[in-house]
Amino acid sequence: MTSSQLLGITTLAYLFATLLFVFVFVFKANRLYLFAVAGTVLAFVIQTAGIGLRWTESYEMGFGHAPLTNMYESVVFFSWTITLLYLGMEWKFRTRILGLFALPFALLAMAYASFSTNISKEIAPLVPALQSNWLIAHVITCFVGYAAFAVAAGLGVMYLLKKGGGNSAREAGNSQPGNLLPAADIEDLIHKSMLFGFIWLSAGIITGAVWANSAWGTYWSWDPKETWSLITWFVYAITLHARYTRGWAGKRLAWMAILGFLAVIFTYYGVNFLLSGLHSYGSN
Amino acid sequence: MKNSNQLWELFASVRLAVFTLCTLSLTSIIGTVIPQKEELPWYVDKYGPAIAQFFQVLDIPNMYNSWWFLGLLGLLCANLIICSIDRFPTAWRLVKADQLAVSPDRLQSMPNREDWTHPSPLAETVETLQSSLAKAGWRPTSRKVDEAVLLFAGKGAWSRLGVYMVHTSILVIFAGAILGNFLGFKGNVMIPETESTGKIFAAGSSEPIELGFEVRCDSFAIDYYENGMPKEYRSILTVSENGKEVLQEEIEVNRPLTYRGITFYQSNYQAYQNFIIKIAAGPDQTPQFFKAPYQQEMAWPEGKLRFGIINVEAQGNRLDRIKIWLKAEGQEPSTMWVENGKEASFSSSGKTYQLVAKQMYATGLQVAKDPGVWLVYLGCLLMLVGLYVSFFLSHRRIWLLLRPAKKNNETSIVLAGAANKNKIGFARSFSRLVEQLHPNRK
Ligand code: HEM
Repeated sequence: MTSSQLLGITTLAYLFATLLFVFVFVFKANRLYLFAVAGTVLAFVIQTAGIGLRWTESYEMGFGHAPLTNMYESVVFFSWTITLLYLGMEWKFRTRILGLFALPFALLAMAYASFSTNISKEIAPLVPALQSNWLIAHVITCFVGYAAFAVAAGLGVMYLLKKGGGNSAREAGNSQPGNLLPAADIEDLIHKSMLFGFIWLSAGIITGAVWANSAWGTYWSWDPKETWSLITWFVYAITLHARYTRGWAGKRLAWMAILGFLAVIFTYYGVNFLLSGLHSYGSN
Repeated sequence: MKNSNQLWELFASVRLAVFTLCTLSLTSIIGTVIPQKEELPWYVDKYGPAIAQFFQVLDIPNMYNSWWFLGLLGLLCANLIICSIDRFPTAWRLVKADQLAVSPDRLQSMPNREDWTHPSPLAETVETLQSSLAKAGWRPTSRKVDEAVLLFAGKGAWSRLGVYMVHTSILVIFAGAILGNFLGFKGNVMIPETESTGKIFAAGSSEPIELGFEVRCDSFAIDYYENGMPKEYRSILTVSENGKEVLQEEIEVNRPLTYRGITFYQSNYQAYQNFIIKIAAGPDQTPQFFKAPYQQEMAWPEGKLRFGIINVEAQGNRLDRIKIWLKAEGQEPSTMWVENGKEASFSSSGKTYQLVAKQMYATGLQVAKDPGVWLVYLGCLLMLVGLYVSFFLSHRRIWLLLRPAKKNNETSIVLAGAANKNKIGFARSFSRLVEQLHPNRK
C-alpha cells in the first residue's frame, strides 16, 4: 500500500460520506446519520494513515520531511484539518447535519489534490529556503485557521438555508439529526469558528513573518501572498468590529463568513495561479 | 469646542475603524495586481503613458510606501490610540470595581440565579458556604450589609483588558517597523571566496554602506541531493575588526550570522571560471592559496612547483572532478583527477604535497540591520496572548446574599452570577456550582 493509494481511497471515502449526508438530509433518513458520521471518521483515519505513510516514504527516499511542503501536501492537510475540526465540533456541540456543509470542502480539496493536473504529487526534497521549522509552524497554523474559516463558511450556508428555507415551522422543536440546528445556535457556532480561525490565522501570518526574517532578513515585504493573507485577516477583523458596533449578526454574519472564506481561497489558490508572486507553492 | 468634541468622538469610534479597515483591504489589492517597484518605462510600456503618469502621481508603483497608504495606517493608529484612551478608564473601573457594592435588586435581575434556605443560623451558614466555595475554586470576600452578609467571588477580571492588549500590540508592531525603517538598513553584497569587504550596497539605491568591520568569505559550497537539486548553500564567513579576526561561522539559508546587530543571510551565489587551489608542501606546512584560471599555468616558486587546471568533469551545474597538471622542479610533469573540494596528495621525488582544488564562487549575502525587530516580535506575542484572552477568557462573577430567614435559625440565600462572554458555558458551570452549594436541592 502506498500513500497515494491511501489518499486516493480517502477521496472516495469522502465522496461516500458526503453522499450519505445528502441522503440523510434530503430524505430525513435520521437513522443513517450515525453511518454518515462513522463514514467520515473512517475516511479521516485512512487519510491520517495516508499522510503518515507519505511522511515515512519521504524518509525512505533519504530526505525526510513533514508532508507539508508543497501545494499537493498542503491541500491534503487542509482537507484533513477541515474534517478534524468538523468531527471535533460534532463531538462537542452536537452539530447535527453540519457534516453536509463542512465535508464537501474536505472532499473538494481531496478531489482537487487527486485529479488536478496543475499540481505535482511527487515527494520532492526541500530546497534550502524551505528547510525551516518555522515553515512547518507556518503551514500548520495557517491551515488550521483556513479550515476553521471553511467550517464557518459551511455554517454560513447552513444558516442562510435555515433562514431561507421556510420549513422552520415544520422543524420547530424537532431535534432529529437530519434537521438543521436552530438559527441562533448556528450563528453562535459561526462566531465561535471565526474567533478560532482568527487566532490561528494571526499565528500563521506571524510565523510566516518570522520565517521570512530568518531566511531573508525581512519579515514583511508586501508580496501578493502576504498582502492577501493580510486582506483576509482584515475581512475577519471588520466582521468582529461590525458585530460589535452595528450588531452585525444573523444573515450578515453568515454572508461575511462566506465572503471571508472566498478571501481565504483567493489567498491560498488565486494568488498562485492568477497573480505573480514570490511564494514557491504552486509554481509547480 | 463642540467641533473638537465631535472630532474626538469620530476618532474614538469603531465606525471609523471599520471604514479604515475596509479601505485598507480594498486598496491593498491594487499592489497585488499591479507589479510593484518597476521602473517608469516598464509601466509606460505595459499600461501606456497616460496611465503610467497617473500611477506616478498616486505612487502606485510603490504603493505600500506611498503617502496615502502610510496615511491610512496612520489613521488606523490614531483611531486605536484615541479609542483606547476613550474606553480604557471604563474597562479599568470594571476590573477594579467594588463588587460588594452591588444592590440586592441587581442580584434579583441577574440571568443566573438560585434561591433557597439553609437550615442553620447566619454566621454558621456563611462559614459553610465560604468553605464550599473555596472547594469549588472560588475565593470569596464578604461584607455585612445591615443584618445580611454579602459574599462575592470573581475570576478573570483582567480578561477585560485582552482587547486592549490586542489593540496595543498593533501599535507596538508599527513602532517596531518604524524603528527598523529609520535606524536600520537592508542591503546585499557579493564576496568572492578568499576576499573580504567592509561595505555593502543598499537595496534599491545601491548606495554603499560602511559596516564598521570586515567580512571575509573563506569558502562557499553547494550540497546536492542525489537527483541534482540543491540541498544547501553554505558559506564560511570570518569577521575581523581593526585587523583582528573576531568571529568565524558557517552560515546556511535559514541560519544567518549576526555581528554588532548586522545580520548576514545566505541568499545567492555566483560561479566563476576560476579555481581555488590550496597547496601545502607537506602535512605540517602552512598552505598557500592560488586563484587559478582554467587552463592556465601557475607557478609557486617557494614550493618549487608549477601547476594548472587542464580539465573538469561536470553534471549540469554540479562540478564533480578536476584534472590537475603538476610539475615539481626538475621532475617530469604529471596529471591527476581530484574530487572538487576534497583533499588529495601528490608525491614527487620523495616530497608529498597536500592539495585541494575547487571551483571558485562568490557568495551572495543579504545584509540587514533591524533594531526594531524585537519590538515587532514582542507585539506579535502580545497580540496572540491578547487574542486568546479576549476570545476565550471571560470575567465571571458570583454573589451570595445571606439573610436570616423568618423562621428562627435558618438562613435565606440568593446565589447570582454573570459572565461578560461565553454566557452559555457560564450557565453550565453556574448550575454545577448550585449543585455543589445546595446538594439537597430537589
Ligand atoms: C487591525 C486592527 C484591529 C484588530 C486586529 C482588532 C482586533 C479586535 C479584536 C480581536 C476584538 C475583540 C472582538 C471580540 O471579542 O469579539 C476587538 C474589539 C474591539 N475593537 Fe478592535 N481591532 C482593530 C482595530 C480597532 C480600531 C482601529 C478600533 C478603534 C475604534 C477598534 C475598536 C474596538 C472596540 C471598541 C472593540 C470592542 C471592545 C469591547 O469588547 O469592549 N479596533 N478588536
